[in-house]
Amino acid sequence: MSAAAILQGKSGAWEPVIGLEVHVELDTATKMFCGCAVTKGDAPNMHTCPVCLAHPGALPVVNRRAVEYATRIALALNCTVRPRNVFHRKNYFYPDLPKAYQISQFDEPLALDGWFEYWSGGEKLRCRVNRVHMEEDAAKLVHAGGEAGRIAGSEYSVVDFNRGGTPLIEIVSEPDILSPAAARDFLQQLRDLVIELGVSECTMEEGQVRWDANISVRPAGSAGLGTRTELKNMNSFRYLQQALESELPRQVDVLEAGGMIDQETLHFDPTTGTTTPLRSKEEAHDYRYFPEPDLVPLVMDPAWVEEVRAGLPELPGARIARLSEQYGLSRADAVVLGGAGVLARFYEEVVARGVDAKLAANWTMGEYLAHLNAAGLEPGHGHVTAERLAALVRLVAEGTVSTSAAKDVFAKMIAERAEPAAIVETHGLGQISDGAKLEAVVADVVAGNPAQVEQYRGGKPQVIGFLVGQVMTATGGRANPKLVNELLRKTLDG
Amino acid sequence: MGALDTLRLTAREAKKLLVDGEVSAAELTKAYLDQIAAVEDRVHAYILVTADNAAKYSTKVDREMQAMRGPLAGLPIAIKDNMVTEGVTTTCASRILGNYMPVYTATAVRQLWDDHVVMLGKTNLDEFAMGSSTENSSVQTTRNPWDLATVPGGSSGGSAAAVAAGEALWALGSDTGGSIRQPAALCGIVGMKPTYGLVSRYGLIAFASSLDQIGPLTRSVYDCALLLRHIGGKDPRDTTSVESPEAVELPSAERLDGLRVGIPREYLAAGIEPGVRARFDATIARVEELGGTWVEVSLPHTEYALSAYYIIAPAEASANLARFDGVRYGHRAADADDLITMYERTRGEGFGAEVKRRIMIGTYALSAGYYDAYYGRAQRVRTLVRRDFDTVFEQVDLVASPTSPTVAFGVGSRTDDPLAMYMSDICTLPVNLAGLPAISIPCGLSGGLPVGFQLIGPAFSENRILDAAHALEAAIGFEPAPAFRDSSAGPEPGEGGSATVAAAGAPS
Repeated sequence: MSAAAILQGKSGAWEPVIGLEVHVELDTATKMFCGCAVTKGDAPNMHTCPVCLAHPGALPVVNRRAVEYATRIALALNCTVRPRNVFHRKNYFYPDLPKAYQISQFDEPLALDGWFEYWSGGEKLRCRVNRVHMEEDAAKLVHAGGEAGRIAGSEYSVVDFNRGGTPLIEIVSEPDILSPAAARDFLQQLRDLVIELGVSECTMEEGQVRWDANISVRPAGSAGLGTRTELKNMNSFRYLQQALESELPRQVDVLEAGGMIDQETLHFDPTTGTTTPLRSKEEAHDYRYFPEPDLVPLVMDPAWVEEVRAGLPELPGARIARLSEQYGLSRADAVVLGGAGVLARFYEEVVARGVDAKLAANWTMGEYLAHLNAAGLEPGHGHVTAERLAALVRLVAEGTVSTSAAKDVFAKMIAERAEPAAIVETHGLGQISDGAKLEAVVADVVAGNPAQVEQYRGGKPQVIGFLVGQVMTATGGRANPKLVNELLRKTLDG
Repeated sequence: MGALDTLRLTAREAKKLLVDGEVSAAELTKAYLDQIAAVEDRVHAYILVTADNAAKYSTKVDREMQAMRGPLAGLPIAIKDNMVTEGVTTTCASRILGNYMPVYTATAVRQLWDDHVVMLGKTNLDEFAMGSSTENSSVQTTRNPWDLATVPGGSSGGSAAAVAAGEALWALGSDTGGSIRQPAALCGIVGMKPTYGLVSRYGLIAFASSLDQIGPLTRSVYDCALLLRHIGGKDPRDTTSVESPEAVELPSAERLDGLRVGIPREYLAAGIEPGVRARFDATIARVEELGGTWVEVSLPHTEYALSAYYIIAPAEASANLARFDGVRYGHRAADADDLITMYERTRGEGFGAEVKRRIMIGTYALSAGYYDAYYGRAQRVRTLVRRDFDTVFEQVDLVASPTSPTVAFGVGSRTDDPLAMYMSDICTLPVNLAGLPAISIPCGLSGGLPVGFQLIGPAFSENRILDAAHALEAAIGFEPAPAFRDSSAGPEPGEGGSATVAAAGAPS
């Protein structure tokens, strides 16, 4: 916990305090409390039954796989899985909630007291995890006839119950996050972790990951907590950062003007980049939690929990240490490559093809990562396969292409979806290491630059750099620089 | 085949007639449909009589007797209208369900259908099973066939009245605080609430989930066991259901030798009518005659049980009934301009006064700041009530009490006094709080109206209860002969039709 993003106010320095409540939809085959399929993109209300439509008399049954997935997350976040946990009813009326209560967990959740380590600004940070609990997702409301699917001004609303009852995990952090950038890094790396656990694809566009952010400020370096506001239901990293960058200075301004922060719920408007409070009436909820009498408490068999723990994949902390050790990578490089399992897996697939590990690391973190970011791709997707990147790295290592030409080859691998060797061949990008060919060029350059030749011979050996450059220019950058150097010296010195 | 006396015929006898070929399933069903036609306009036990389906299905049972053989095949039954039945409207006697057509069938009913029983129809109840008189029905007020001016009890009053009036061979009801046992007592029949979890609640429209339990209303203890055998068991769709450690057996006991019966002084303390008390004492004398012994016991937290019940049950109900919002099915108020108005009008129009009262009480009891004082404390009382029973069952095998402090009361006599109505359940509802099994059997008449005798046992002691009740039933020799008189219409006839029992040796 450090690296607070200090906000400089008129009266002094303030630091942000951010806590996150992250919801993750689990990719189980069926819903949390019934046998309906969990799917994406099917026609509305295809996957419904008396239970998830809350028909009279229907009863919930807990999805065992969802409990396993939730336990995986809890263990990966170093939480203590409680031996007995209880579902509660959270009561409120809304058309997307057919029972008018959500089956959730309250004071006896699945797991408590963990932590999550993540990297931000080159630093390893630890955020305490308050709890992990299980619940069910609401259905999807579609507002028709108004402006861009919003409820305001719409003519009517319809409900799609396909999503209703999807298993949902809530991860509640402690307010240990001290900068907008750290909040973003926390969420991105938490998402990476969940994907790696194999419990959710965490598709952002589908809203499979959503979060609420609790935000307050306090005088820099102090320990207490200020009054917080809550940013609800976000699913964009970018919007989160924008919202925080708008809300935090607002709070500082209010406090410095002698005002008080209202504990209220905010809505971020991406079009204006600002936050506005939701009407307080909408927020006057008393959820009247009480234990769900239709479900017996879940008693967690310790042996089963240990079985789940044993089945966890390698987690980022361990992986970063291993990559650093196994491939001789710097700590910083290991963090970049090992933070997310998918990227690490890609990197290790490249190395597995027998290329130099450090060179492969440079290419994976450099050109490859830049390409993923630009194209919005996940590691392992797109036309640059591990096989092809390894082939390119090998061409560089063997001196077949120069580093600068290799960047050109990489760009063409994306554009032309081709093997690097074929691109080198087609575009003639191979390094010229043929002595006879280069001797002719060298002879031309020596003949064409008598003044520099004179200087060299007169005791200025550094002038050779200029002459090498001339040869490179003449060969379109393809000449093997080492060989050019040798040939020039032979010619000039001989 | 001679004329069937549907007022007296038991399921056991009916089955024998079927097996012996004395009567066909169609004839049996027709006998009940005829009786319905004859008396239903006075009793009002049914919300829906599925006469055509019953006639058709009973004929099919006759035709396919080989394939449809089974202990219950061809026996007609009435179902309380809070159990969903696919393709047959289910109303809970509430306007809010409108003409709700279920898309599935309650597990207990499904089990009976799979056993080829013939469903006669759906019986009346207090709306959402909230009441003790069946007067809180939005459809009609069911009358007690022993005296049409009195209530049949409730909330399973329709099922109890149908069986007592010979309009059904037997019936299913549900019991949340006495809703099977009290109407069985007031109608002079047998009713049993099984151990919580013994019968699946899947498809039972929930009133109070932690208290609700489906059970039989029958003309004999044997029939009660027979029906219970076919509706129990662990249901994968109800995680609160369990497999009983021992299967329900058909009772045959004639003696009570060695049986120790406890009589809780707290149950006899509060407002038991003298006539009820006399029949109870006489029945205890029978226990001794049959070789049993009795001892006074104490259930010290009884006085708090009623209060705890009226927190827990409404609290659960307030959430259970929240799904009736007009969005997906049932009644929806017309012409609401916005969501909140639609909710408010739908629920305002759809629910009756007693249901609204309980939703309000339950919502209040769960509100922020009140939870610990009400719901939390009620749950602690519940634990104490359960422990009271645990302690008592270390001393005795069964606990006995009157089922209801009174016989059937007049229609309309308590509707303005909810608290007096709630007191009807004082001897029955602690049993639901503790999740225990209990039976009510008729033990004679008081003022021409039936009196119920309740036996309560430890969890899963159904066989012990049924055996004891079976032996007592034979000794009591209750004569089920409701007169369909109407005491409000003329001079009251003298008491008759009961086996009068000597009061010797009764406990004080």
